[in-house]
Amino acid sequence: MKAFTGTPALVRLALRRDRIRLSVWVLALVGVTAASASAVASTYDTPAEIASYARNIGSSPASIAMAGPPVALDTIGGIVVYETSLTVLLGVALMALFTVVRHTRSEEEVGRTELLASAVVGRHAGTAAAVSVAVGASLVVGLGVTGSVLVTPFPTGAAVLYGVSVTVLGIVFAAVATVTAQLMSHGRSATGAALAVLGASFALRAIGDVQGSFLSWLSPVGWSQGVHLLAGDRWWPLLISLVFAVGLFGLAGWLTTRRDVGSGVWADRPGPGRAGRLLSSPLGLAWRLQRGTVVGWGVGLVLLGVVFGSVSNDLQDMVRDNPTLQEYFAETGGSITDAFFAVALLFMGLGAAGFAVASALRLHGEESAGRLEPLLATDVSRDRMLLTPLVVTVGGAALLVTVGGLGVGLADALVRGDFGAVLPLVAQSWVQLPAVLVLVGLAVLLMGWLPRATAVAWAVVGFAFVVGWLGGLLSLPSWLSGLSPFQHLPQVPVEEVTVAPLVVLTLVAVVLVVVGALGFRRRDIA
Amino acid sequence: MSTAISTRDVVKTFGSTRALDGLDLEVATGEVHGFLGPNGAGKSTTIRILLGLMRADSGSLQLLDGDPWHDAATLHRRLAYVPGDVNLWPNLTGGEAIDLLSRLRGGIDEKRRASLLERFDLDPTKKARSYSKGNRQKVALVAALASDVELLLLDEPTSGLDPLMEATFQECVREIREEGRTILLSSHILAEAEALCDRVSIIRSGRVVQTGTLADLRGLTRTTVEVATEWPADGLANVPGVLHVERVDGKVRFDVDTDHLDEAMDHLAPLRIRSLVSHPPTLEELFLRQFGDVMEEEPAR
Repeated sequence: MKAFTGTPALVRLALRRDRIRLSVWVLALVGVTAASASAVASTYDTPAEIASYARNIGSSPASIAMAGPPVALDTIGGIVVYETSLTVLLGVALMALFTVVRHTRSEEEVGRTELLASAVVGRHAGTAAAVSVAVGASLVVGLGVTGSVLVTPFPTGAAVLYGVSVTVLGIVFAAVATVTAQLMSHGRSATGAALAVLGASFALRAIGDVQGSFLSWLSPVGWSQGVHLLAGDRWWPLLISLVFAVGLFGLAGWLTTRRDVGSGVWADRPGPGRAGRLLSSPLGLAWRLQRGTVVGWGVGLVLLGVVFGSVSNDLQDMVRDNPTLQEYFAETGGSITDAFFAVALLFMGLGAAGFAVASALRLHGEESAGRLEPLLATDVSRDRMLLTPLVVTVGGAALLVTVGGLGVGLADALVRGDFGAVLPLVAQSWVQLPAVLVLVGLAVLLMGWLPRATAVAWAVVGFAFVVGWLGGLLSLPSWLSGLSPFQHLPQVPVEEVTVAPLVVLTLVAVVLVVVGALGFRRRDIA
Repeated sequence: MSTAISTRDVVKTFGSTRALDGLDLEVATGEVHGFLGPNGAGKSTTIRILLGLMRADSGSLQLLDGDPWHDAATLHRRLAYVPGDVNLWPNLTGGEAIDLLSRLRGGIDEKRRASLLERFDLDPTKKARSYSKGNRQKVALVAALASDVELLLLDEPTSGLDPLMEATFQECVREIREEGRTILLSSHILAEAEALCDRVSIIRSGRVVQTGTLADLRGLTRTTVEVATEWPADGLANVPGVLHVERVDGKVRFDVDTDHLDEAMDHLAPLRIRSLVSHPPTLEELFLRQFGDVMEEEPAR
């Protein structure tokens, strides 16, 4: 056991460093599960509502692809699992793999492992400590999930099994990450490889569940959901997970003995020795640094749009059977489908705002990392450095609302067999842009005058999201909810497009950018 | 003699700290000017102000023929900068970073780029995140040295380089000097400054405390003597013109004004000189003498 010497001390070190990060992960995952479990339980509280859910949602392929196998949807417990498992399974897997890579490969990359390895620390101690922390955190999340569903009408045995199935998925992805951390020589690529495995697991399970085929059995997510809660409560699929995890731990241990500290099994591939033609301006650099982000957000919003679009047809029936949902959509007015599309497009706008604020604040990140100084020491003015990358920000946001609207429209058209509404939806998605521009303007203003307070831009995005998500349910005073620029947009397609608010919001955005640029001209660059 | 850089009474404060406290710096066109001082003396702040990245609170500055704050972008076409702490984009290769930086400056000499990559033994196809500190510094050096500019601002450019690369760097600096270009070289490697610089300025707590050619600084009027004698060399300190008497390893080391050299020798001769070395003081001795009191004060605080 010499190879594990020092593990307890490293576990304490990891817990000390991650005490806030891991607490946030655990609290967020358990909190979201508890909140949605009790929300679901109060929304579907009559046998008629439950039956309607099973009939409409349980037969929708899009919803099965997202949530998992439609088991026991004729019980309230089944609906709770169906509504909560995607979030908590995805969350626990992400938490476990991030934690393991963070404490193994990333530590090794910056050279701190070398310092520790020179002390009385066994060869496998670092990995063992990271895995212990990730597994421990997964266990706490599992316990929290069990506790959360027990608040609703849920049998104890099934609640424990639900918690265990969540914990086991955390263990599997901790194991996946220990292997990718051995193979790759950089933290980012190790995380990326583990994320690819996670994505493939969800995709295999989605296809398998929709087809009812064996593909689900090739996916760790499929094993955790294969327990069929409240419809058999099978424990044996989790055995496959554990055998798989132990196999991966063994593989990682073997790989550890076959490589040097500081390098992965696979070396970094070399890149181009010369820069492409585009990489010759601040705009070209911004595109190069952000193109991956644009594509990632684009894929995400298309998928979200498809989910929205594919359920629009079932919606009429669902809402007719459910007074709680009727109340929710009555807030917006208009036909239920239009009200639903208005909500869908608002979410595309909020997604685009998330990208746009991250993109605009990128310059601040570059400044903190010390990479702005050498650029501004060249023939590039401050105005050009600040403003030209906004082409990527605004262009990216426009692209995102477009593909999001297209996703909603196409999925809806495929379900209905009528393509007439696709182009109008895409056009209507553009109504969101002026509000996105205001948030970009706010980010630029903060970078120009209060670079330390750039988090305020994120706070406003978060606030806009909460106001958009819960809408009138919060009954906030209008001056307060009006702080979200999205509240000033016409709610298309329920309302007609009115030009005045769009023009005013765009002008506000331009003023914010100009004032921000004046500040950026004057201040010291850190 | 035209000036490339001229600052008068420049003050820069950060909150309650006075980073620059009336800085006067003159760099002549075509010279290699050493900018020496301990950490935190204000070297990097000065360079950032010269680059227009920071604005001086007061004082006057001239860089080439413009104002570093107002004419920043146009002046930057004529200069190149190597920061002390080179940060690169982790997912760009070294070659891409070199091209980006030199294109933004307005072009690159292709032949020189290729030869510098070879001389500095730098692989341009590696991603920046896998470079060591020294290799990141080489990226910035190649980008700066390969460009055709009048003025180079180098902020401790060799702190991560090995001795072989240090020698390559010194070669490059000499070539640039022969082409008549100007270099401001901030450093705390005194041997490097001694080998390369025509003139040096020593900065301390935000002020230039000494400036001039190395000969000026050494004071041609003063010599350092190390002597071993058979009989104890007492009473040296009382000889006129003798300063800084120290005893090291059974020898005595002291500085003496050249005018009083014969008096010192007269004092030593009857004591039976066993060995005697004399040389002008090294930059390191000057530096230690300048800052010696700081180092002695430190532990007392």
